[in-house]
Amino acid sequence: MGTSAEEILGATRREGKRLMDLWWQEMTEAAQTGRPTAYVFAMGSMAELLRTFDFVLNFPEITSLQIAVRGQSQAYIQTAEDYGFSPDVCGYVKADVGLQLRQGEHPYGKVPRPSLVVTSNVCNTYIKWSEIWEHLYGCPVFVVDLPGWRGRDSADLDGETFHNDARYVLGQLQELIGLCEQVTGKRFDVDRFREHLAEANRMAELYHAVCETNRHVPAPFNAVVEGVTYQGIAHLYRGSPEGSRYFQQVLREMQERIRLGMAAVPDERFRLVLVGTTCYSHFRRFVELFASWGGVFVHSTYMVFAGGGFVPGFAYDLSRPLESFAERMVTAAYWGYTGSMFYQQDWLDDVVRRWHVDGICFHGVKSCRTVSTGLPDVREWMRVQRNVPGLFIQSDLVDPRLWSDAQVKNRVDAFFEALAAHKAARR
Amino acid sequence: MDELERIFDDLRALVEDPSFPAVRRWLAQNPGGKVVGSFQVFFPEEIAHAAGMLPLKIAGAGGTIQVRQADARIAAFVCSIVRSSLELALSGRLDFLSVMVIPNICDAARNACGVWVRSFPHMRVETLYHPHNAASAHAVDYLTGEYRRIGRILEEVGGRPITDEALRASIALFNENRRLLREVYRIKRETPWLLSAVESYLLVRSAGLMPREEHNALLRRVLELLPQRPVKKQDRIRVVFEGGFCEQPALDMLAVIQNACYIVDDDLMIGLRWITEDVPLEGDPWRNLADSYLNRSSYSPVQRDPRKPKAEMLLRRIRESGAEAAIVAAAKMCEPGLEEQVHYARALEAAGIPHLVMEFEESMTVFEQVGMEVETFAESLLFQFA
Ligand code: SF4
Ligand code: SF4
Repeated sequence: MGTSAEEILGATRREGKRLMDLWWQEMTEAAQTGRPTAYVFAMGSMAELLRTFDFVLNFPEITSLQIAVRGQSQAYIQTAEDYGFSPDVCGYVKADVGLQLRQGEHPYGKVPRPSLVVTSNVCNTYIKWSEIWEHLYGCPVFVVDLPGWRGRDSADLDGETFHNDARYVLGQLQELIGLCEQVTGKRFDVDRFREHLAEANRMAELYHAVCETNRHVPAPFNAVVEGVTYQGIAHLYRGSPEGSRYFQQVLREMQERIRLGMAAVPDERFRLVLVGTTCYSHFRRFVELFASWGGVFVHSTYMVFAGGGFVPGFAYDLSRPLESFAERMVTAAYWGYTGSMFYQQDWLDDVVRRWHVDGICFHGVKSCRTVSTGLPDVREWMRVQRNVPGLFIQSDLVDPRLWSDAQVKNRVDAFFEALAAHKAARR
Repeated sequence: MDELERIFDDLRALVEDPSFPAVRRWLAQNPGGKVVGSFQVFFPEEIAHAAGMLPLKIAGAGGTIQVRQADARIAAFVCSIVRSSLELALSGRLDFLSVMVIPNICDAARNACGVWVRSFPHMRVETLYHPHNAASAHAVDYLTGEYRRIGRILEEVGGRPITDEALRASIALFNENRRLLREVYRIKRETPWLLSAVESYLLVRSAGLMPREEHNALLRRVLELLPQRPVKKQDRIRVVFEGGFCEQPALDMLAVIQNACYIVDDDLMIGLRWITEDVPLEGDPWRNLADSYLNRSSYSPVQRDPRKPKAEMLLRRIRESGAEAAIVAAAKMCEPGLEEQVHYARALEAAGIPHLVMEFEESMTVFEQVGMEVETFAESLLFQFA
């Protein structure tokens, strides 16, 4: 393996791009051949199960964000609003509606029509989104209902509740399998399913190892920049050998970067966590506003909840594949909510300590009430109870009309000034 | 003033009083009594009742209080009912609550649950997961377990077991309430001039604000008095109002609408009328409650049930109430409501049913615009149907 900075920094980026292109190729082909395609969502995707039936998997959240990164979201969103959707509806949904109304023509390729939609309630908007396709295409929609976080005491939920939930999820999975068999005309092959679970186990382990490398000072990767690619690949290739191979490569690269003392952000001064998601319509600008102050995102809640539920210590029990799959899914739902969405202070606390974090950026995203509703409250909680400074800014994921550059810049600048003072005072 | 009008005046005062006077009265009569709050849309109040507690429906504050503290805790792009409900609690008006249950109706509400948990360490705050896979053969089993879980919490907080007998007795009481409310809606449909939209709304809304025993007595008296009311039928169009399943429009907004039309059916406070038939009394009462939530129930944008395609359900509501048109409203910033509104409008369009699409906010105070729109809409229809 070469050690020139160029080669090392580029390797996983190149591979990430190749895998992304491959996915688009597969989607575009499916749009032509009619190969069965399942629309699924980042959280609770059930990729391991659907792969067993050879579905092409479309992740509409990814196609929506790619439209935004390409700078074209406004036009797609407008199409959806002209159709009747309110400016207050999630921009991911509207970018996708725009895409559907354009017969799947995407800046990166063509999106096939759904043969099946599988959703979960990890985000309730997923369900409404699915109903739009149901209306447009009359395709079958299956909601895998995942009861999740129940309140303060969820962490020590009694066994009874967990088992009640797991039984329900298992029952639904069996129903979903029946539906998949119907749609594809294939029998469920438990051995293939087991192979996909094994790959997901490998990937989860590597994924966590990659996240851990960022505990190093300076951080080898930016959880907002590279993190988005890692997320994307984790979704698209979850349960496949390509996915595990990719994360092996990432891990190797990060270790190499650490060995060479390479930093994601040169002259790292402040280590940050991003709570929520970034703004994809102003992606580069978003990162630059922080990097210009020597601020690097060492972790993000996004890498957790959108991580498809890779709970720490995640592993399927391959001897009881379906039961274990159901149980892991329930655990992931509990943990996704407590760890990074509704009751995230304990997770934040832990990350602040272990990743040596100086401050937290809370980015409220108008589209996404799932991750953003309570952010001002969590920020206050971390400030008052834990003396961790937090910045609260607001824009959107994909709707460029909601980005106010001067306002965001002012707040970011003021935050870093305060952060510098805070850091100095603690020294 | 006649008796009916006095009753409706009192109910309006109750609904618009953010100090929850009926709850305070109950507490004075039941020292040490516990109150269980629940957010929209549906909560099986029978369980709280069987535990000897008072179930209280928290459905926002309308325009009755100023939202200040809640704004610092919840992002600005969230619907109004979530923040005003939190404000009620932050301002101490809900200090009597021992338990608060927030059903998983939408992303804003579920997330608000986290805010409540952090804000009120002495209150038991819980999310309740009603099935979003309502057609699954496993949904009833699951929900029975979930109801029992809530039951265990209430037993713990209240210090008294919930026996099957007690639960059955509570179900019978609430069955009676549902039956009486169905009667109210029958009158709305058949003789809407006898009961204005605001009045029928007050009758439903108050169910969640006072002990059900009292409410049943009240409904019985009102139903007795209504047929003798000296009012004449007028020439108004008959509409269904859809979109009030969670956040509630101001009473004055309903008043403005009823000036121009008869609202012959609606989904206002639908959670209090969610179960559409009697919950069976024989057999396992927990299971009967779960089964009724799923299989003897209405519809709303926050429940996914492929057996109840919502646009078709709306068309049926229109048909069965003999309405000529619909007002399809949605609360501002309400993701599920706004998304459903698009389907509703398209389905109505396809069915050739005239409809008016509008947005509202619970704290609205100016209704001229709404009034004008509804009037124009109604007039054009009167002309068309003449
Ligand atoms: S609300 Fe948030 S999680 Fe849900 S679809 Fe929109 S962006 Fe995704
Ligand atoms: S009004 Fe809509 S967004 Fe607000 S809590 Fe109710 S369902 Fe959720």
